[in-house]
Amino acid sequence: MAEEITPELFNHLVELAALELTPQENEYLRGELNNQLKSIDELAAIQIPEGTPLAAHGVPFPPELRPAARPDEAQPSGLNAEILAGAPETAEGYLHVPGIPHQELD
Amino acid sequence: MSHLADLPAHELARRIRAGEVTAVQALEAALERIQAVDGAPGRLDGDRNEGRDKVHAFVTLTEARARAQAEAVDAQLARGEDPGPLGGVPYTAKDIFTVKDVISTAASRILSNFKPPYTATVVERMEAAGAVMLGKVNLDEFTYGSSNESSAYQPSTRNPWDPSRVPGGSSGGSAAAVAAGEGAISLGTDTGGSIRQPASFCGVVGLKPTYGRVSRYGLIAFGSSLDCPGPVTRNVRDAALTMNAIAGPDRRDSTAATAPVPDYTAGLDHGVQGLRIGLSPDYDKLTFFNHDSGKMESRQMPEEISKAVLDAAEALAKQGAEIVEGVPMVHTRYGIPCYTVISRVEAASNLHRYDGVKFGYRSAAQAKDLRELYRRSRSEGFGQEPKLRILMGMYVSAAQYSEQYYRRALQVRSLIRGDFDAAFAVKGAYKLDALLTATTPTTAFGMASMYGDSVLMQFADQLTVTANHAGVPALSLPGGLSAERLPIGIQLIGPDFSEAALLRIAQSYETATAGAAWRAERPAVLAGA
Repeated sequence: MAEEITPELFNHLVELAALELTPQENEYLRGELNNQLKSIDELAAIQIPEGTPLAAHGVPFPPELRPAARPDEAQPSGLNAEILAGAPETAEGYLHVPGIPHQELD
Repeated sequence: MSHLADLPAHELARRIRAGEVTAVQALEAALERIQAVDGAPGRLDGDRNEGRDKVHAFVTLTEARARAQAEAVDAQLARGEDPGPLGGVPYTAKDIFTVKDVISTAASRILSNFKPPYTATVVERMEAAGAVMLGKVNLDEFTYGSSNESSAYQPSTRNPWDPSRVPGGSSGGSAAAVAAGEGAISLGTDTGGSIRQPASFCGVVGLKPTYGRVSRYGLIAFGSSLDCPGPVTRNVRDAALTMNAIAGPDRRDSTAATAPVPDYTAGLDHGVQGLRIGLSPDYDKLTFFNHDSGKMESRQMPEEISKAVLDAAEALAKQGAEIVEGVPMVHTRYGIPCYTVISRVEAASNLHRYDGVKFGYRSAAQAKDLRELYRRSRSEGFGQEPKLRILMGMYVSAAQYSEQYYRRALQVRSLIRGDFDAAFAVKGAYKLDALLTATTPTTAFGMASMYGDSVLMQFADQLTVTANHAGVPALSLPGGLSAERLPIGIQLIGPDFSEAALLRIAQSYETATAGAAWRAERPAVLAGA
């Protein structure tokens, strides 16, 4: 069976996933991806009756089992200092990051 | 069974309440047991092969916090106050639940410094019921695995019955800790079998509740449409008590169902007279992927596991249950392929938040811009399994492949749900109260025997994953020992919100087999403990 994930396609996925991999990781992960795709191949062969719904989750969750939606209003968490204390780098009460890549528009 | 660490939670709570022992004494007994059997805790860059005769369930022991809680329970009792139904009972939490100010790692480097500013609902509720948290226990990284070996915190947990074998996963630390008497209860999570499979491997009880029965608030997410927190315990009554503490609606989780919560202990001893329990041929055969042929192939269930299921059916029949054979569950074999798609899509989506900016690990290397910071932090912070799941999830949900994979998998999920609807329908042909199956295709396998083969590992969940797709509750309980003296788990699966009935059936089986020779056997690590 031909490999579904070619090295070029794999590199594209890695870029989209915001990862950078060692050569060993490339080889292992691409191999496992192709194995996994072969292992799900039989999904394509299942006869699915027309009109079969997509199940986003198994339990139907009728309205009587769902909590009522609360008003969509912003509420302060009161946790700003704690949240910032957990960030890798902050400056003047903000999260601090290196330069954000951007392109000048004509 | 004289050691306090081996007492059931309900008996320990009774003794503490009666003043026969104190919560601090119960804590000391648990700590003593941990000292005797656990060995070095899992840690970043730890040695996989260290302490090969120890359990290594823990990632973080929170002794000072536990002592303060135990002392508070004793003080409440001294004042004549009720410490709660689990007052003074030591428990552990899988390190996938956030606990305020306690490092919560998900067994990943990327969260190795994460001190959450909030506590998971289930942990809050355990503590409101008086339970005392001993610490956080190990798991597969982000719960992605069935053996615990993918944890970034090594040594990973070993099976208390035979430490050369895995405890199962991903709640392996939970199941191993409970089996070894390191706490009477553990909170685990189950996305494809992650409570039940390790419970089966370690000879304990594990319940995956109905999706939405237990709040996911504070659970570090894997597959948000599949994840269920639930109890791991040494006996059925303790699972019921734990459900009493943790189940119910939660304003902080919009998928937490508002259905009323029964007292799960109330009907436990009512027996199984008149209940209909099904057996399905589709759960007595196994499917594996053959790497050489690239095809699925069927295999027979190991005979001793099939026999344990039939023995359980017979025991329940003797208690008055009606056994219904030949229940068709024809989409069972598609559970794993369907899960391989859905769970990866959801995992990839959930893992995009880890970026080295807001919390967690950031690469120490100087990044020239934000993109490089993301790439470096994620590449250094994630282990191989999260990387694999991100790549797979992105691929099968990409616009051009989604029709072939993701949308199709969601439809197959409907078909799997349909099997259960037909089996449980009140006016259907089978009218089952529960389906009885094996929990796992094998008993506990050896460390390093499967790890690295992500496809083979996934098939360890083939008998459990269907309940996650369907959202229905399922419980694994000990059903005997194999010729190699390894626990065999049997599984009960019921309709939505039927946890009370599953617990009742399980209790009936547990009581009926209380005198069986295998029930007297103990995990190997407890010899001399």
